[in-house]
Amino acid sequence: MITVSSLLDDHWYERYKKISKLNIRSSIYDVTDRCNLRCKGCFFFSSGEHEVASEEKDVDKWHSFVEKEMDRGVNLAILIGGEPTLCLDRVEAFYKRLPTFCATNGLIKVPRDRFPDMMVGISLWGDAEDETILRGKDTFKISSANYQGDPHAYYLYTITPKQLGKTEKIVRKIQDVGLKVQMQLLSNDEDVDGFSWQPDELVAIRAEMDDMLDKYPETVISCKYYHEIITTGKMLDRPFGWMECPSVTEPIDNREPRPRRLTNFIRWSSDLHTMHRCCTSETRDCSTCKDGAAHMSWVMVNKRAHIKTTKDLQNWIEVYEMFAKLYQFIPW
Amino acid sequence: MSNDINQTITRIAEIIINELKLEDVTAETFDADLDLVNEVGIDSMDMATVALFLRDEYEIQIDEDDYPKLTTVRIIAQYIDNKRNSNE
Ligand code: SF4
Ligand code: SF4
Repeated sequence: MITVSSLLDDHWYERYKKISKLNIRSSIYDVTDRCNLRCKGCFFFSSGEHEVASEEKDVDKWHSFVEKEMDRGVNLAILIGGEPTLCLDRVEAFYKRLPTFCATNGLIKVPRDRFPDMMVGISLWGDAEDETILRGKDTFKISSANYQGDPHAYYLYTITPKQLGKTEKIVRKIQDVGLKVQMQLLSNDEDVDGFSWQPDELVAIRAEMDDMLDKYPETVISCKYYHEIITTGKMLDRPFGWMECPSVTEPIDNREPRPRRLTNFIRWSSDLHTMHRCCTSETRDCSTCKDGAAHMSWVMVNKRAHIKTTKDLQNWIEVYEMFAKLYQFIPW
Repeated sequence: MSNDINQTITRIAEIIINELKLEDVTAETFDADLDLVNEVGIDSMDMATVALFLRDEYEIQIDEDDYPKLTTVRIIAQYIDNKRNSNE
């Protein structure tokens, strides 16, 4: 039988042991149905998720809801939207009790006196030109002023096909404001012309992402295996998609055979009752889904499949470490 | 008693090997003191699968909070033994 230590040297084995017992149990929460932007291709609005349920406005109910989530074993709350910073009292209900991550467009600054170490992920959809086409404004100017040098914030840079050859400019811009960046790929949910990935573009962007990691290892939080998986849609020769996705809401997951998946994962709507299908758009075609967290989780839940060769297991460790850094389970 | 424990150890090893489809090992050659997380790479989903089988086989409840303590086949066997004795 192949054991972990037979594949790893001491350095890698120590890294493995640091993460192997973390047992991260995340769920995702829509904090509100509202946003101060309306981006083209925002999965939340394009799939009508903002209309599925009306948001719970009583903050006390949010507090008791979070207590119940903790009883379910959740130890990481991922807050998304709409725009969570529009409802900081609700955000606080999570932050007071749980490791909490808050996704935001960065236009409103999370007050650090109230949320000193909450991890904030700021969305960025490319350079000023792309941002203006897709989001109606260049958000970087505002978000970078709000979060410059913040050790608990990073950019979630969604790369579009139009960004080929331009990612370095963005990564440098982020480095210059003292922040880190996670790269992900746009899933063109609203079929905006020219923003769907073509096979040759995916090959090119993978090389570019690798290059960014090599050149800016202190700024880019990533690993090459993640780039491979997200651009090829394959892990150990298995194609990503509905039958492999780990990020499906558990109580409504009736897939057979049941794939390896996130334990107890639910994506809750802001009415605190309705559950969404998965971590992203209800209507997205799974075969073209590029959701970064779902791809990382896919690797993470398939640990034993990676205990085959030294390289496979090192790949698994790097993806797990990447996730653990992005959600503050281990330091940068 | 020790015979019982040895039988339980072999049976747990068999369940783990079958359920997790481990290769190149038999229940007889499985090292009962091998760390299941650090060496075999078992995660909490694997543990939940194994726990279901053990529950049915030994008619005991394995609390999820106890998973982190159940680090080897021998420790699981002792845990089962204790539970069954306290149920008697
Ligand atoms: S900022 Fe986020 S939630 Fe708001 S419209 Fe854009 S993508 Fe959607
Ligand atoms: S859209 Fe993506 S995240 Fe959602 S179920 Fe499909 S593959 Fe998974």
